[in-house]
Amino acid sequence: MNKEKALIAYVTRMGDNAIIMAQRLSEWVGHGPELEEEMAMGNFALDYVGQSRMYFSYAGELEGKGRSEDDICFLRDGWDYGNVLLLEQPNGDYGETIARLVLFETFYSLQLGALVTSPAKKLAEIAARAIKESTYHLRHAGHWLIRLGDGTDESHRRVQDAIDRLWTYTGELFEADQVDQIMQSDWEAPDLTDLRGHWHRQIDELLAKATLQKPDDGWMDSGGKNGHHSEHLGYILAEMQSLQRTYPGANW
Amino acid sequence: MTTFHEALEESTWEILEQIPDPEIPVLSIVDLGIVRSVEVDGSKVTVGVAPTYSGCPATEVIEDSVVKSLQSGGIDHVSIRRVLSPPWTSDWISDRGRERLRKYGITPPEKGAARRDSLLGDPMATERIVACPRCGTENTKKVSEFGSTACKSSYKCADCLEPFEYFKCI
Repeated sequence: MNKEKALIAYVTRMGDNAIIMAQRLSEWVGHGPELEEEMAMGNFALDYVGQSRMYFSYAGELEGKGRSEDDICFLRDGWDYGNVLLLEQPNGDYGETIARLVLFETFYSLQLGALVTSPAKKLAEIAARAIKESTYHLRHAGHWLIRLGDGTDESHRRVQDAIDRLWTYTGELFEADQVDQIMQSDWEAPDLTDLRGHWHRQIDELLAKATLQKPDDGWMDSGGKNGHHSEHLGYILAEMQSLQRTYPGANW
Repeated sequence: MTTFHEALEESTWEILEQIPDPEIPVLSIVDLGIVRSVEVDGSKVTVGVAPTYSGCPATEVIEDSVVKSLQSGGIDHVSIRRVLSPPWTSDWISDRGRERLRKYGITPPEKGAARRDSLLGDPMATERIVACPRCGTENTKKVSEFGSTACKSSYKCADCLEPFEYFKCI
């Protein structure tokens, strides 16, 4: 794989992470535990939709085959999606949604922080834009994690269960494959081993504040980055892509 | 003597200053700080526009109204360049824009968005003092961090009892 191909794959995966997170968060619209949080999840989803559009347009430009952001988003099947498994898991209760946001945003904001100096100029620009949003999401989700963890027995139990359940999907975040290795050597993308250390320190601090226990690293599920997904992704894509699949090229 | 080039650039800015932000019409897109550049090449004008939030639904509406307004002002060859860097923050809102926001009943964001608040600090430490845009008191209360648009929070004033909005510092 040459460095240009690796960059396309990497940018597309970032777009896939963003759009799948957006789909999951937007499911809260109309179902939020309270109006303020419903607005929050809708706003965050919108930020992610915007980010995915930038990643997909950039990937299309790099590829140079005339594919638009919509083509990349709506006309690929699950095995071509490279989002991490963590993001396609169902929302669960609000505590589980918050737990996922914390686990992912801690990773994502570190990843973006390293990418702002990448020689892939456009990627660096998108990262500089997205990190502001990511920081804001993390702050909000972090406050909720503390509130729920250090809240009632019921909220503590539920959010601890959520962290325990989602933990098996966190290993994949730091698994470096060929794309990540080329990105690191040629485009100054972060070293995932270093990033893992930073991630653990931040998560440790936050979990301690929330009076939650960090699960032991047991068996870790993975494969999403290479298109091996859980059954949940297919349902997300079926709903998201139904319009373009039914009326190809529809535009308004 | 003003050259054609300068006159075209000047009239482009004049038109741009009249274009309202679709979500906060009291602000022009120039006051909001999203017009980054006007480049004139012969009779062609390229306007550099920076999106506020990645997912701001107004971005395309704004780009569309820039093209239409300039065309109805007699500038036919207009193109838009989307500028990502440096990213927009609320610090780009002009002083005139801040004053307009306050008069309209929206407390403008404080300056210093570039500073990253401590992520993992005491949740209460990030509570901001937001003055009421009507009576000026700091005796106010946040009703909801998330308001009518992605860029605003809802507050109420404990002295004059009016509800108001705060433009987030981001």
